[in-house]
Amino acid sequence: MTGSAALVRFFDGDVWHSFRTSPVAIGAAAVAFVCVFCALFAGWVAPHNPFDLATLELSDARLPPAWSDGGSTKYLLGTDDQGRDILSALMYGARISLLVGVASVLLSVVVGVGLGLLSGFAGGKTDALIMRVCDVMLSFPSILIALLIDGVGRALFPEAHDTLAFAVLVFAIALPGWVQYARTVRGSTLVERNKEYVQAARVTGVPPLRIMVRHVLPNVLGPVLVLATIQVATAILTEATLSFLGVGVPPTQPSLGTLIRIGNDFLFSGEWWITIFPGLMLVLIALSVNLLGDWLRDALNPRLR
Amino acid sequence: MNQLTRTLLAAAVALTCGATQAATLRVANAGDVQSMDPHSLNETLQLSFTGNIYEALVARGKDMQLVPALATQWKQTAPTVWRFELRRGVKFHDGTPFTADDVVFTFKRGAADGSDMKGYTAPIKDVRKSGDNAVEIETNAPFPILPDTLTSLYIMSKKWCEDNKAEGPVDRRKGVENTASFKANGTGPYRLKERQPSTRTVIVRNIAYWDKVEGNVDEVVFTPIGSDATRVAALLSGEIDVMEPVPLQDVERVKAAGKFNVLQGPELRTIFLGMDQKRDELQFSSVKGKNPFKDKRVRQAFFQAIDIEAIKSRVMRNAATPTALMVGPGVRGFQPDMNKRLPYDPDAAKKLLADAGYPSGFEVGMNCPNDRYVNDSPICQAVAANLARIGVKVNLQAETKNTYFPKILRRDTSFYLLGWTPSTTDAHDALYNLMASPTDKGQGQFNLGAYSNPKLDELTAKVQSETDPVKRNEAIREAFRIHLDDIGHIPLHQQALAWGVKNNVSVVQLPDNRMFFKWVSVK
Repeated sequence: MTGSAALVRFFDGDVWHSFRTSPVAIGAAAVAFVCVFCALFAGWVAPHNPFDLATLELSDARLPPAWSDGGSTKYLLGTDDQGRDILSALMYGARISLLVGVASVLLSVVVGVGLGLLSGFAGGKTDALIMRVCDVMLSFPSILIALLIDGVGRALFPEAHDTLAFAVLVFAIALPGWVQYARTVRGSTLVERNKEYVQAARVTGVPPLRIMVRHVLPNVLGPVLVLATIQVATAILTEATLSFLGVGVPPTQPSLGTLIRIGNDFLFSGEWWITIFPGLMLVLIALSVNLLGDWLRDALNPRLR
Repeated sequence: MNQLTRTLLAAAVALTCGATQAATLRVANAGDVQSMDPHSLNETLQLSFTGNIYEALVARGKDMQLVPALATQWKQTAPTVWRFELRRGVKFHDGTPFTADDVVFTFKRGAADGSDMKGYTAPIKDVRKSGDNAVEIETNAPFPILPDTLTSLYIMSKKWCEDNKAEGPVDRRKGVENTASFKANGTGPYRLKERQPSTRTVIVRNIAYWDKVEGNVDEVVFTPIGSDATRVAALLSGEIDVMEPVPLQDVERVKAAGKFNVLQGPELRTIFLGMDQKRDELQFSSVKGKNPFKDKRVRQAFFQAIDIEAIKSRVMRNAATPTALMVGPGVRGFQPDMNKRLPYDPDAAKKLLADAGYPSGFEVGMNCPNDRYVNDSPICQAVAANLARIGVKVNLQAETKNTYFPKILRRDTSFYLLGWTPSTTDAHDALYNLMASPTDKGQGQFNLGAYSNPKLDELTAKVQSETDPVKRNEAIREAFRIHLDDIGHIPLHQQALAWGVKNNVSVVQLPDNRMFFKWVSVK
């Protein structure tokens, strides 16, 4: 069985049917699509560019949303303390949040799947070693590991921190994340390796690496896909948490978490829109991605079909 | 209920009652006191807090007038010699009597390597013991305002410093620490009980204090709370009694709560921007091989690109007074008629920049604290946005003062924001520390961009030694004029003080933003 065949099976009639008949899935997908679209094409969709300092008008700072008294239609969701359009900042912020979320999940998938396959397929001491490392990783709260990595990154590259901030952040979020993939993939691999098609391949003299990549891997990807979808939401939330704590992305490139932190200072003074909208956006993204992940898990679960 | 529980309960009740009688004051600030060493950082919060533990020879009263502290009286015995009679019967917190040796030692320590107090000790040639209870201070040149400059040089115990290997000051630039960072032994009305950097510092009343204490605060718990919103929430929920500063956006909210006073007043502090005018190539810039800030046109372009009125109304919510001078009203030597800023004019700024050879601008790094002055980081962001209009790309590094101060004090900066309160309340302090050329003796210690004009240096020396008030004022005017013409710095504004205080607490707010707990009463 090849990878493309697996994908065909993956999106076969059953899954598609389940999607079409699930209003929650369609709604979540629509919301997620809009968020991702706005984030990806922020440069074209957003009414202003909040990163272009030359266009900022300080005298427009702290305007309320357009429907409130004193609001301006020029800034639909109002402006922050520097006169940045909240709506545009949201789109650009979502782009950074999504970028960090997806990139860190990809990294942890690659590492986790690789180590899980190796662990399940090789067995013995390799398996034991990798699984014990997993256990150790699981005993640390992920946010703590992320804070630690970020701190080390800052200490190692104090001057270049802003340029490396993204790489450090992605690494910091991916590091505690790979364990789940490794465990899931190892479990599936243990099941798959004893199946006839693997034994057949082995008997015909296919090298182990090839069996792992071409035969076992496609058959263990299903759960990984479900897990990865849900993990994207978690990664976005972790990034927001780190940025809220002030250790995430540089302040000149605010992500949703940074925007919430900035706005947090204005909550008491009645300028609620500076923090509420980024918060809502974060909720929307995380909720829709989570709902999609849930649906995907149910759709791919043969027992629920 | 058994006997043990009953005893515990009784003890708990006794403790609670005890706590209500002995007033504890809980104070929060945006940042922490950097060190307990009073000579390590010449910064208002640092000197304000350690000023409750340590004392100088001379202090300031509630109206900023000079009052005797560890010196009971002083007089000029010759043009360059002053005699200070020391207070008798004063003991340090560890019980060691205070003597002239401690004063001589302190002046040496204050002038030693790593000290941030060199600006105060530099004009002094020698400090001599004259018996156990008097010292003679000889200055390099006649120095009529000497007593004014001694209010921030806190006296430490010679014996204690030697016993604790803290003879030298803690050096913030190099990150050197010693016992004096974490312990303290002064003569002041409060003694240090607990010190947890960045977390909690507790001082308690020194019962053996030589003077009567007006207030009734027995214990002060100082907590740094960096987040504006959290600090306000702590005040509103009654977790703290006094907080400083109240974020400008929350002044109305705190007042509206009805249980708090917001003490507002003009502060002597001037916020300004400095530029590296010494290096031949800026450390943090896209311009290579030369230093654009050496060109006055570039400095003027920066000046005229800044929309100070928008910063005042939007960032500072009108709680600031834009200024053209490096000192504000309330400082002796302030010149109201000279306080005129160059107009805000981005087009003129652009043209100046083009004339200087940067028609499309350049990139420059900027250093800014984010927990030191009122809205410091937003001011820097606004400045960056203003400068973007004339094509200058500012790479802003806004960070906590813990990392910001060591960096800029090492002069590892091209463009920075700083605030300065002349602690002597005299223009000489600003001229000497901020505007005069840096020397290794202490002059220009906070002239971090090393702006230098020999004529201004001469005038500063003249201001220092001139005794005729009219001539002195003339010299100050001349020096200010030179600095204005050169655009040595870019002054922004004087910020307003805002302390949030619970209704049952009375405090005395000094215009130099120092908070002395001996004047605080809790009802």
